[in-house]
Amino acid sequence: MFVLPFEKPIADLVEKVRALRALAASDRRFEPELQRLEEKTSRLAREIFADLTPIQKVQLSRHANRPYTLDYVKRLFTGWVELKGDRRFADDQAIVAGLATYHGRSVVVVGQQKGRGTKENVKRNFGMPHPEGYRKAIRMYELADKFGLPVLTFIDTPGAYPGIGAEERGQSEAIGAALAAMARARVPIVATIIGEGGSGGALALGVANRVIMLEFGCYSVITPEGCAAILWNDGARADEAAAQLKITAPELLQLGVVDLVVEEPTGGAHQDHDEAARMLDQTLWQTLTSLDGLSGDELVDDRYRRFRALGSFLA
Amino acid sequence: MSWPEKTPPSAGEKRSIGAGVFRRCEGCGETVTADDLAANFEVCPRCGHHHKLAAKGWRALLCDEGALEAWDEHLVPDDPLRFSDGRTYKERVAAAQKKTGAREGIEIGKASLGGRPIGYGAFVFAFMGGSMGSVVGEKITRLFERAAEEELPVVLLSASGGARMQEGILSLMQMAKSVAALERFRQRRLPFLSVLLHPTTGGVAASFAFLGDVNIAEPKALIGFAGPRVIETTIRQTLPPGFQRAEFLLEHGMIDAIVPRLEMKQTIGLLLDHLQDARAARTPR
Ligand SMILES: [Zn+2]
Repeated sequence: MFVLPFEKPIADLVEKVRALRALAASDRRFEPELQRLEEKTSRLAREIFADLTPIQKVQLSRHANRPYTLDYVKRLFTGWVELKGDRRFADDQAIVAGLATYHGRSVVVVGQQKGRGTKENVKRNFGMPHPEGYRKAIRMYELADKFGLPVLTFIDTPGAYPGIGAEERGQSEAIGAALAAMARARVPIVATIIGEGGSGGALALGVANRVIMLEFGCYSVITPEGCAAILWNDGARADEAAAQLKITAPELLQLGVVDLVVEEPTGGAHQDHDEAARMLDQTLWQTLTSLDGLSGDELVDDRYRRFRALGSFLA
Repeated sequence: MSWPEKTPPSAGEKRSIGAGVFRRCEGCGETVTADDLAANFEVCPRCGHHHKLAAKGWRALLCDEGALEAWDEHLVPDDPLRFSDGRTYKERVAAAQKKTGAREGIEIGKASLGGRPIGYGAFVFAFMGGSMGSVVGEKITRLFERAAEEELPVVLLSASGGARMQEGILSLMQMAKSVAALERFRQRRLPFLSVLLHPTTGGVAASFAFLGDVNIAEPKALIGFAGPRVIETTIRQTLPPGFQRAEFLLEHGMIDAIVPRLEMKQTIGLLLDHLQDARAARTPR
């Protein structure tokens, strides 16, 4: 397991808790000790995580063991059928999409997908979609619209891929068209930022009626590294940039960019994928059902009002 | 996402005593008088190179009598993140306002183009690289909203480095907001002509700029999602010549036409006539 320097004490304790839990399962005499250790771990995690700098939170959002879209798909849904391809050029594996059953309802799922390990990351292009990925997403938004199915998106990308092929095939147009397709879809859309929300490449999955964010996700117009490179010609000052940009969940909640923040398991979502999914499930289901009863027009209007209100200026 | 710290003058300027201002053409390198360039809307009379034309020049070129009934000029930037990179955002805004004489990075309003009423918008690239913050996003949104109300087609000239970093995530949200407004506008079946000027990249390219009913670019304009330097750093190779230029986009099917500046007004007028012919036929003129 990959461990960030600042999470080492927590990761060690979580490991011990896990071992003790296995023991306690067969021998109840370990229960009090387990409880004591669990409390200690969660206390320490709270302390350490309360003092994290914005860039450390960015590191958590990019954690190599963090649950990715398909990890949530596996745990939240049944009846998953993956749908591939943009019908124009290729199937972009940096975005996964499909139909699934969520608490008895059919839904359309779209999410960026990072890879675990080098080989899968190459296949997934580190979660950085090409235009064909966004065009697959558009196809899904339109499919959902046509059949009246809710859309659940999972955002986790460093950004849309900046490359030659991406430009040749119209990365800008693909993202813009995805924003438009989300804006006009006459079905409920709930987006969840599960990890990294990298700029326009993330927003193309983010024009939703409600935006949920995991506690240690981040969402930014530019990576802190890129921002620091532009401002000071020094990518190493990413920590300052991260603080300036206000990209953590509590800050985004305050700005109205996200509607709900979901807590993560002790030590972060990467410590316990099952628990992370369970914790998200509660909020996701409540949020989705809170949109019940709105007509297609009302859902479009609701989304319009939500984004129409974002921005800060003086008049 | 980025913009040059100081926008270079559109062509190399040098002063020669007693002979007015001369400028070196960026295309052919020949010396041209500034007056000749200005009279030709910054197009080199010798080689046809298109230098950047300021928003005021575009108004003179496209709007009848150069007149724009400006909308929402009173909107000015706030500083929601209290952003500072050594220099505060407020200071940067004040400097940009002083330099450009504009209050923000876009002007919108109602104009006449060859006698046709239009909703008009033009980015002020000299204002922080035409970056889109809350005011720019709001004004584009209002342009589409009011044009829909008044049943005007929209002609929008983009020239922008993308989102305005100093407004952080709120600048990203302007992409969603403006596109959502465009979607509403579209339902009225009014034309949206998107004119992509040099340069149009980042969040402006990746929102409304490519969603025109017709997308037009100027010759050789740099247009793309990522800036060339970002791409070169990512892929660790030199980009081919002409990459992300208007001609490249035309070849790859991303724009409808490349239109030289001096033909722009005529072409836009013709397009508006075609697209509104059915509408005009329904309602007696
Ligand atoms: Zn020349």
